[in-house]
Amino acid sequence: MSKKVLVLGETRDGVLRNVSFEAIAAAKKVSAGGEVVGVLLGDSVQSLGAEMIQYGADRVVTVEHEKLKQYTSDGYSQGFMAVCEQENPEAIVFGHTALGKDLSPKIASKLAAGLISDVTEIEGEDDDALFIRPIYSGKAFEKVKHKEGLLFITVRPNNIAALEKDESRSGDVTSVDVDVKDLRTIISEVVRKATEGVDMSEAKVVVAGGRGVRSADGFKPLQELADLLGGAIGASRGACDADYCDYSLQIGQTGKVITPDLYIGAGISGAIQHMAGMSNSKVIVAINKDPEAEIFKVADYGIVGDLFEVIPMMIEEVKKLKVHA
Amino acid sequence: MNIYVLVKRTFDTEEKITVNNGAIVEDGAEFIINPYDEYAIEEAITVRDEHGGEVTVITIGDEEAEKQLRTALAMGADKAVLINTEDDLDEMDEFTVAKIISEYLSDKDADLILAGNVAIDGGSGQVGPRVAEMLGINYVTTITKLEIDGTDVKIVRDVEGDSEVLETALPLLVTAQQGLNEPRYPSLPGIMKAKRKPLEELELDDLDLDEDDVEAKTETVNVFLPPAKEAGRILEGEIADQVKELVQLLKDEAKVI
Repeated sequence: MSKKVLVLGETRDGVLRNVSFEAIAAAKKVSAGGEVVGVLLGDSVQSLGAEMIQYGADRVVTVEHEKLKQYTSDGYSQGFMAVCEQENPEAIVFGHTALGKDLSPKIASKLAAGLISDVTEIEGEDDDALFIRPIYSGKAFEKVKHKEGLLFITVRPNNIAALEKDESRSGDVTSVDVDVKDLRTIISEVVRKATEGVDMSEAKVVVAGGRGVRSADGFKPLQELADLLGGAIGASRGACDADYCDYSLQIGQTGKVITPDLYIGAGISGAIQHMAGMSNSKVIVAINKDPEAEIFKVADYGIVGDLFEVIPMMIEEVKKLKVHA
Repeated sequence: MNIYVLVKRTFDTEEKITVNNGAIVEDGAEFIINPYDEYAIEEAITVRDEHGGEVTVITIGDEEAEKQLRTALAMGADKAVLINTEDDLDEMDEFTVAKIISEYLSDKDADLILAGNVAIDGGSGQVGPRVAEMLGINYVTTITKLEIDGTDVKIVRDVEGDSEVLETALPLLVTAQQGLNEPRYPSLPGIMKAKRKPLEELELDDLDLDEDDVEAKTETVNVFLPPAKEAGRILEGEIADQVKELVQLLKDEAKVI
């Protein structure tokens, strides 16, 4: 049965995040030929509507309010619920991002809906659709079925391919007025730390360091390689515990679970908890002095060597490649 | 201060996962308190020690979960509640769990509720915010710092690596992120004391809920392991040649750079 599906378009620094386009692709599948309606919340988002349509949304509804300039669960839920009341959707798709993870359970609760979060794959496209999601930090997967009522999913960045941008697509961008009020949280400051570069959960390339980096400075060559490859930096728990980097960089069972196209682990031995967080990366490269390191068991390519020798050489090789490209 | 902590019993992070007939094999596995819930327990104890009051830990599950509750009591929680669903429910999802917990908490006048930001098994992170919404109180997820002054609350939260500084007020639910604190280990006297601390056991009936009220809205139809990752190629030769080969392979064979 075809469905009307709402998709939340998420922005960062005034541009739509890639996960929003992936969410549109997921919504297309869930809609089974129905209508995909993009939703944009913020203080100045009207202009982004066209881009959601070019990526596959049929039309877009915006809610603009100065109190939606920054995300708060109260503000965004008021905005999103107003669109829900107008549109009466049969399904909702969010990105499984910090915002999506924070907001989706609240909306699901308000709508008395089930929520299948962190979906990496969708099988089938009608009411029998099955949603695949990692459990035990990717050590296993489950297939989940939606039973009845409103279907609500969040999709993990970097797993469901976005549709190709089609600049000839057009559709309506309309707005809903909402009196956003009674916010119970005030954001007084935002301190930018890890995401000055590329966010790890959305990065196509992650260069991760372990205890083998030996100091905070040891991350510098890794950062340089990551920057060169347009990727993000990550770390093992060992490196975080040793204070070489911030915990926000930790990959693993008690850190972030990532699925980039390319993961490069340098000076990481491959504790089971770390491997739970990265072993579903598409291509894994391991660089470690110890030929017995566990990480070589999951690596597609391995170099037994000192990262401080190997990484600078890789930087040079990649630079050469870029010059020739 | 009336403080509650939502606790989940999970697989030990060291455990290898095996699957049989579309379900995780639990026999013989070690279970622990979900690591993120340990941060929540630690923070609850710290807040109580500073502001007075009582810490109650709550879990849903079967008799086995008593062990994790006793551990929380040994860390320093004052009371524990086990909502035993073994006889009533075959299937639960996040809606089910949140509904049961919020029903239990509905008449408790909680000032502060703490939970882990995610459980390392199911990994959905839904239960905390759902409980807050059902109770009509505010919530803040993935917190790394909590300061309470009267009913004013100042929080630092982790947002994909950035930090947000927030101001809000009690009553409040927060979910704990790594970095919030260093959870203490239960001390021997703590363990001895924990044996005598109250552990209340309830069933759905005691909460005036029946199975229909909490029926899961989603259903797991199958569990499977990812395809075994075959060890790839360890490159050989001079390091400089290996690096050249690696970069070529990443470009031409794997097509990822």
